[in-house]
Amino acid sequence: MDLHYTDAQTAFRTEVRDFLAEHLPSRLSDKVRNGQSLTKADHEEWHAILNARGWLAGNWPVEHGGTGWDAVQRHIFEDEMTKAHAPRIVPFGLAMLGPVLMAFGSEDQKSYWLPRILNGDDWWCQGYSEPGAGSDLAAVRTSAVRDGDDYIVNGQKTWTTLGQHANMIFCLVRTSTEGKRQEGISFLLIDMNSPGITVRPIVLIDGGAEVNEVFFDNVRVPAANLVGEENKGWTYAKYLLTHERTNIAGVGFASAGLEQLKRIARAEQSGGQPLIKNPLFAARIAQVQIDLMAMATTNLRVVSAAAAGQAPGAESSMLKIKGTQVRQEINALTMQAVGPYAMPYVSEALEGDNDPVGPAYAQARTRQYLNNRKLSIYGGSNEVQRSIIAKAILEL
Amino acid sequence: MNFDLTEERQMLQDGLRRYLRDQYTPALLSQIADSETGWSDAVWAGLAEIGVIGALFTEDQGGFGGAGFDIALVAEELGRVGATEPLIDTGLLGGGLIAALGDADQQALLEEVIAGHRQMALAHSEPGSRYDLSRVATTVTDGKLSGRKAVVVNGGAADRLIVSARSSGDVADEAGISLFIVDADAPGLTRRGYPLTGGGHAAEITLDNTPGTPLGAAGEGYQALAQVHARATLAISAEAVGLMDAIRTLTTDYLKTRKQFGQPIGKFQALQHRMADMLIEIEQARSAVINLAGHVDADALVRDTHVSATKTLVGQAARLVAEESIQLHGGIGMTQEYALAHLARRLVMVDHRFGDTLYHTERFVALAVA
Repeated sequence: MDLHYTDAQTAFRTEVRDFLAEHLPSRLSDKVRNGQSLTKADHEEWHAILNARGWLAGNWPVEHGGTGWDAVQRHIFEDEMTKAHAPRIVPFGLAMLGPVLMAFGSEDQKSYWLPRILNGDDWWCQGYSEPGAGSDLAAVRTSAVRDGDDYIVNGQKTWTTLGQHANMIFCLVRTSTEGKRQEGISFLLIDMNSPGITVRPIVLIDGGAEVNEVFFDNVRVPAANLVGEENKGWTYAKYLLTHERTNIAGVGFASAGLEQLKRIARAEQSGGQPLIKNPLFAARIAQVQIDLMAMATTNLRVVSAAAAGQAPGAESSMLKIKGTQVRQEINALTMQAVGPYAMPYVSEALEGDNDPVGPAYAQARTRQYLNNRKLSIYGGSNEVQRSIIAKAILEL
Repeated sequence: MNFDLTEERQMLQDGLRRYLRDQYTPALLSQIADSETGWSDAVWAGLAEIGVIGALFTEDQGGFGGAGFDIALVAEELGRVGATEPLIDTGLLGGGLIAALGDADQQALLEEVIAGHRQMALAHSEPGSRYDLSRVATTVTDGKLSGRKAVVVNGGAADRLIVSARSSGDVADEAGISLFIVDADAPGLTRRGYPLTGGGHAAEITLDNTPGTPLGAAGEGYQALAQVHARATLAISAEAVGLMDAIRTLTTDYLKTRKQFGQPIGKFQALQHRMADMLIEIEQARSAVINLAGHVDADALVRDTHVSATKTLVGQAARLVAEESIQLHGGIGMTQEYALAHLARRLVMVDHRFGDTLYHTERFVALAVA
């Protein structure tokens, strides 16, 4: 038992911190700190900066242009990134598709697509969920029928995050209706500019439109874009879901959020003194801080097991539930902290065109609270995670 | 960063777990329930022999451990069987204060503690002091102590007591608290012993011009008291994790065997999800104990921040696990005869020693929030 980082790990942390201090544009970190929306160009700018340093693909091996970091190094990097309010790395190509291609893609697919992901030539989105397939992902119905050297794709995907920016989508499609539902699914890469594809934004409860519906109407896709074998897509989909989970607890996001909450609670006045001096409010901050301190260690226990080569299993379900509870509580407290200035909804200010009503730190708090209700829904809802824990750990 | 046990600690854990599993039978529990002290002489001797008491102390002090992770390890194993032996009272509080403050002659007492030949208790809290460590009204005049001490755990079995008294300052000042070693049969000392809800016994102690031998410098007892309380809080928190592990096993086993409506009740999602939430909080409590174990010897601010964070979280988890496990068992969970009763009672009482969730949340706010 030793809670300390090794000298090498501490040196690595310093290296990351110094790099961020020097190269993270304050224009971007200010937006992140205040909860404002990032544009496609913002994301691309930040990806390019990290790629120039060789730090864009934290979970890729060196041979494919990644960092080759172990789980602890990845944790340190993510931790420093969130503390510095750096934009998160958009995960679809880097964290999701990349590892699947490395494990199951053909040599041609690897040599073509992987460098393009690193260089930002493609913006990928994820075509998993459908109107009838949410937590029950194996219910996908979007069909792909072989026609010569192509597949003809028909159907609908939904909740496609940042699909409005994407030129490529990786999809789970049904290639067979025989046997078990899981055995008729394939993993297909589709050009979003193909004829027959329509993208329609879904405006969410927070007023933003980060997710989309994607419609496929007789879309022709080269069979060369099939990853792995036909009807084996379920295996690849599960691999994708379990592969990159060291950050599922979101400890860094929670730490940065807690720090921001305290900053606001010190600035806000209540009864003639800083809100943070209100014993009831301070007790609620204490509660979430105490939960976070323990969760950070729960996370490190899983991370260090992963670094030792043990694949994180159902433990990541525990981290997902606790992590989302902590983050949602921080969001709720932060919204409470800004008081009446939680109410104004000035969309220009939210986009970063600054002329805020009230303090700059207040303007996006309600939107963030509403937006992060998604945390306990996506990635397998927290109820699905509880069922996984009951079966896999408790063996009920 | 490493969450694995060292080889030595792994061996201690294995040996201790085996020993307690063999010893802590239902027969022993009922024998303990009828005993004078609330624990087993034979088990205490056995623990000393395995080196469990020595594990609480450094080599310099005559032990072979003394780190936070040593304390956590042994306390968690004791918790796993609901053991009531006075590891905290005789070992961490009594022995700990002797180790911290005792002169050469007094250190002999520590040797006897480690060997398992001496029982001790800390007579510090008073009626009305609640969890406030600096509130001491007991007086000392010409080396004679007068006052009342409340819920002195192991106070009946102890042959030596460590008694706190105020030699200067106001009733709640940290400065001015002196410590004394007092013979249990010293003149003017009376004890009213009683059993505790969670197992073990305690005593209300009255001192009336009772003689004592000074332990450490006059008026400077507070720092040592705070230090041994941090270690004792670590121990009771780790013990709670052991209790919660044991309760979790009992409850999942019950869910798998108890059938209603034609199937094991563990197949019902409503119950599965409650068990999952329990498990998450148990793992959080385990992490909180690791955090405290790693910081129990840090400077006072860092140490006490972790003490309060851990005790708050453990107190909350303990209540959840106790209440949920009784509910998930249904009627059988209400019966004294079933193994859950002792474990759940002991777990619920954890919040009532060394500061409860209310006390520690307030202290955490002062130390780490505002």
